[in-house]
Amino acid sequence: MREASVSRPLAAPTIGLDRAWRLPLALAALLALLLAGSLFAGPVTVGPRELLGALLGRNLSVAEIIVWELRVPRTLLAAMIGASLGLAGAVLQGLLRNPLAEPGLIGVSASAALGAVIAFYTGFAAAFPLGLPLGGMVGAGVAVAVLMILAGRQSSTLTLILAGVAVNSFAGALTALALNLSPNPYAAAEIVFWMMGSLADRSFQHLGVAAALTLPGWLLLISVGRSLDALSLGEEAATSLGFDLQAVRWRAVIGTALAVGAAVSVSGVIGFVGLVVPHLLRPLVGYQPARLLPVSALGGAVLLVATDIFVRMLAPGPELKIGVVTALIGAPFFLILLLRLRATSP
Amino acid sequence: MTALALDRVAVRFGDHVALDDASVTVSRGEMIGLIGPNGAGKTTLLRVAAGLLRPAGGRVLLDGRPIGTGDRRSRARLLAYLPQGAPCHWPLEVRRLVTLGRLPHLLPWQAPTGTDAEAVTSALDLADVGHLVGRDVLTLSGGERARVLLARALAVEPALLLADEPVSGLDPAHQLRVMTVLRARADAGTGVVVTLHDLGLAARFCRRLVVVDGGRVVADGTPADVLTPETLANVFRIRARVGTWQGSRYVVPWAVTDEGEGADSDQPVLHPAAAGRLR
Repeated sequence: MREASVSRPLAAPTIGLDRAWRLPLALAALLALLLAGSLFAGPVTVGPRELLGALLGRNLSVAEIIVWELRVPRTLLAAMIGASLGLAGAVLQGLLRNPLAEPGLIGVSASAALGAVIAFYTGFAAAFPLGLPLGGMVGAGVAVAVLMILAGRQSSTLTLILAGVAVNSFAGALTALALNLSPNPYAAAEIVFWMMGSLADRSFQHLGVAAALTLPGWLLLISVGRSLDALSLGEEAATSLGFDLQAVRWRAVIGTALAVGAAVSVSGVIGFVGLVVPHLLRPLVGYQPARLLPVSALGGAVLLVATDIFVRMLAPGPELKIGVVTALIGAPFFLILLLRLRATSP
Repeated sequence: MTALALDRVAVRFGDHVALDDASVTVSRGEMIGLIGPNGAGKTTLLRVAAGLLRPAGGRVLLDGRPIGTGDRRSRARLLAYLPQGAPCHWPLEVRRLVTLGRLPHLLPWQAPTGTDAEAVTSALDLADVGHLVGRDVLTLSGGERARVLLARALAVEPALLLADEPVSGLDPAHQLRVMTVLRARADAGTGVVVTLHDLGLAARFCRRLVVVDGGRVVADGTPADVLTPETLANVFRIRARVGTWQGSRYVVPWAVTDEGEGADSDQPVLHPAAAGRLR
């Protein structure tokens, strides 16, 4: 019995190789489909031929304006932000070895939201088109600076998280203070609505400014994959395998600040994607943190593009905010998942 | 050849002196049992030796060079560390977990090669866990999991293996299996340092024992030199039945020595040679 098993030792990794591509390819195909579908979704019907013509710039029509000015940037933003949330969630869950971690944990989202609220409040947001996202990005940057001071250079993961929790609640409190002191109810309502998260009416300018921060953020996040694998064995074993955990922590934090900070600055706070997506996909990659990263990025993009299509297909009326929908669908779904997990686990 | 040398190492945690003036050398092909009571500084010594803890004083030399210098990955290929109660945080498949031991041999984006697969297979065989391939590591029994994590450390194919209490919490059969694997590694040329609480296993499987007490190395020698009634009384506060059977030494802890009976803290530290004469 034992001899038989020893004689087929190569089974797992060789099968893993072709199987390893199946899931990312399937998700990429699904994403491509949704991206295309997203260009059709909206109150104005644009047929396939019109859409193609508009994309190629052949007819200067209303269709072209709708597609290029509204649907394309919105679709790309949804994909980019979803990928950022999925990726950052997977990295933080791997870093903390805790499936309940999510991108908001280290306080970057709350600080970016605070930055945007301050931009609202001071009129900086109204002064020029990108005032709001820039305010948010400054907020995320300040959060990282505060984390670095609080957690110090020789930080443990625990001090980093505690510092993140502190930054998170302080930024939340300051945001509440801004609402509390709001000069008129309309300003307060505007801030509240913005914070619910939305992708409506975002332009290529928004996309460009967010992408400039998001892409380096992705690179930092993706680069920690192998270290997260090693961290499955605990911090000491990971260090003994040659990984500099101090560098890994900061790459994860700065990468999250860049990618998620940019996302919040442009779209407001979109919850649950960064928590649910890695959690859902983890069993499909054999629980290996490094393999989860690209898959989780694709999954986040799929989920957010799909949700955005759903939001746009709803009957006209007050816009249903995408952040509300992700939480509304995400939370019960997550509960069902947990219940099923509890039923199957020994 | 001395692979690892700890030279007058001192470690303090706040006011607490965890290690003081501790010197140990490890050569390739030898298996050292690191013994001492709880809180003596065994784990601290092992963590310093693994380069996980920077000592406040003294030096640690790995192949003649200070351990903090040089490339982390090349050090990781040379020296494997198996933490106490080695955890695994995700339900990884056994072979995939053991493959993590190959990370120091891989470039950041490189997939495991045939050489890596062979090293993993031989580590699985050495630790006798080949039959567990395909299982989720978190569903294994404590003894099986300990051996899988040992296989992970063996997969590094290190020149030095530092294992912190690899047999704690295991049943006797698993304890003997793990110790046999470590002994075989040492005989194959790896330098092995293992912390142990079971003096019997230490005496049987290690040809050299280092006794740590109060952060100091108080004895260093063969089991016969080290496990004397005096050391057992002074350091471990026990009386034990010590004997030889089938050419190996055995120790059966029997009774706790009374407070004050040969257990004063100002008792002279036993030198191995003196201990030998006393016996």
